[in-house]
Amino acid sequence: MSRVRDFWNSNRRNPNAIAYAIFIIGAIFYPSIVQFLNGGNGDYLVGFAADGGIYILMAIGLNVVVGFAGLLDLGYAAFFAIGSYTYATVASYHLGVTPIGHALHLPFWIALLIGMFVAAAAGALLGAPTLRLRGDYLAIVTLGFGEIVPIVFRNGEVWTGGVPGISGLDVPSLPGWFVGPWIGQDFGWVPDFRFNTGNLTAYYVLMCFLIAITVVLVHNLYNSRLGRAWMAVREDETAAAASGVNTVTVKLLAFSIGAATSGFAGAFYGAKLSYVSSENFGFVVSVTVLAMVVLGGMGNIPGAMLGAAVLYFILFRLLPDAPAQLQSLASALGLDFLNKADPNGWPGIGEVVSRLKYVIFGLILVGIMLLRPQGLLPSQVRKQELKHAEHEALTAPRQLQG
Amino acid sequence: MALLEVERIDVFYGRVQALHGESLQVDQGEVVALIGSNGAGKTTTLRTISGLQHPARGTIKFNGKDITRSEPQDIVNMGICQSPEGRRLFARMTVLDNLRMGAYTRRNQAEIKQDMDRVFELFPRLKERLNQVAGTLSGGEQQMCAMGRALMAKPKLLMLDEPSLGLAPILVETIFQIVREINAQGTPVLLVEQNATKALEVAHRGYVLETGNIVQTGTGKELLASKEVQTAYLGM
Repeated sequence: MSRVRDFWNSNRRNPNAIAYAIFIIGAIFYPSIVQFLNGGNGDYLVGFAADGGIYILMAIGLNVVVGFAGLLDLGYAAFFAIGSYTYATVASYHLGVTPIGHALHLPFWIALLIGMFVAAAAGALLGAPTLRLRGDYLAIVTLGFGEIVPIVFRNGEVWTGGVPGISGLDVPSLPGWFVGPWIGQDFGWVPDFRFNTGNLTAYYVLMCFLIAITVVLVHNLYNSRLGRAWMAVREDETAAAASGVNTVTVKLLAFSIGAATSGFAGAFYGAKLSYVSSENFGFVVSVTVLAMVVLGGMGNIPGAMLGAAVLYFILFRLLPDAPAQLQSLASALGLDFLNKADPNGWPGIGEVVSRLKYVIFGLILVGIMLLRPQGLLPSQVRKQELKHAEHEALTAPRQLQG
Repeated sequence: MALLEVERIDVFYGRVQALHGESLQVDQGEVVALIGSNGAGKTTTLRTISGLQHPARGTIKFNGKDITRSEPQDIVNMGICQSPEGRRLFARMTVLDNLRMGAYTRRNQAEIKQDMDRVFELFPRLKERLNQVAGTLSGGEQQMCAMGRALMAKPKLLMLDEPSLGLAPILVETIFQIVREINAQGTPVLLVEQNATKALEVAHRGYVLETGNIVQTGTGKELLASKEVQTAYLGM
């Protein structure tokens, strides 16, 4: 009992611990709540959250690369694409139509791991020659990589399905040993735990499970010797090398682990959508994930998760719904003239808002960054640093070697 | 056999030659001062010994082993550690994490703990600031943190680059006192300084570096008394 109390006392003022607790409770009750609010028709909202989980996974991964190790990666979606396409190759009918002529249907969990490892290997391959570059130069190279990968997939002809991509991917399945008397049972709001397009709760549960695993792994890495080495490299590469850190290996590991997480998310994405196409992995995805990490609080895992959840909600729910919402608001307030489209001028409030969608998005981003420059949920260190910002001018300026 | 033997090294930055056949050595238990004006090549010497820079010609031996082409992390492993110029702390990491980074290549947790206590004995201020972010320390505290970090590697040779740079006179005094103490506990020190008087007072031996050449050498006292050194570096 006292251990429980100690645990409680040592964590009740730690914002990260609180955030994790809220995430866990929220994740458990979310499906029941949305189902309840929508009278049992909330399935689409559960699926919506499962899709958002993909962005949360990617934000956690990119946070390792950008937040921990300080490597600006602008082509992060490339690893997402590699994960998806790898899953599509090893778990669909696709290989049957290639010159190999024999389709591969690996079990879901193995295919997921393969997607992850192929993405990690791609990260290492890209990293090996480029991680000698610093700062902006690395950003440019990764930007190029992020552009090249989808183009390669688009032009891969039979191997990658070309422009239409690959469809008919295998749906996830529980590992064989998991099958027991509980399969086919009805758990209140979580009906029969089987993966099919009609059962989005199953995907949601799987997603929560994947995120939980990833958070535990990344959190342990952060507190390890490797985590400290990442931060040291971020702070001062030369001083890190002088402390005995093999900077190339350490940066390569950050890059690969980030890529692996993205590949993991990509494989799940392929399995959920049952379809991959090169159109889904553009620069916009990379930048969105980066914005999630920065907005949430760079270098802090729950921060990146929160940033991902908030931006995902804004981008895929708030903004698409805004025109219709405003229209009904206008008519409810008796301002019907706002809704009337004039062929020569005023296009109607809904239309105006949908045209200004990205302006509104930009304003929201600017607003959040002005109100909370350190991110929604910053790491403790960063908070302290901003509080002491006036000190920084006093410290000795870094000198060039002489 | 000397602990560290640097023999006739030539070091270039691109096409600019920074060191011209520089030679020096450090013996067990010594404090050796390397003095010289701006751009004489003092920092380059330390960078080269640390393996951050490689010489075009010449050899560097540590404990009789050739380390001329070794990588920085291997050199740290062998026991050469430096507190670099401008301190170069990990600004957004806590003091504790900075010290832990110093012990990065070591695995024995019990020994690390012991050395951490030793660092806190030398620098009680660091213990008070343990969970503060290093970038928010004062200049003197940062210097202490940098020296503490170097000591955490349990160096067989400690190299200090301009430890007194930008510090208030009273802190300069403290820092040199600590250098003496570190040496008295058995760690040889190679000290690079612009504050020649102070450095030579502490040092057993000294070298005077001028545009990449050693122009004079002797014991600390000899150099303090030398006419050339007095006019050029001591402002007398």
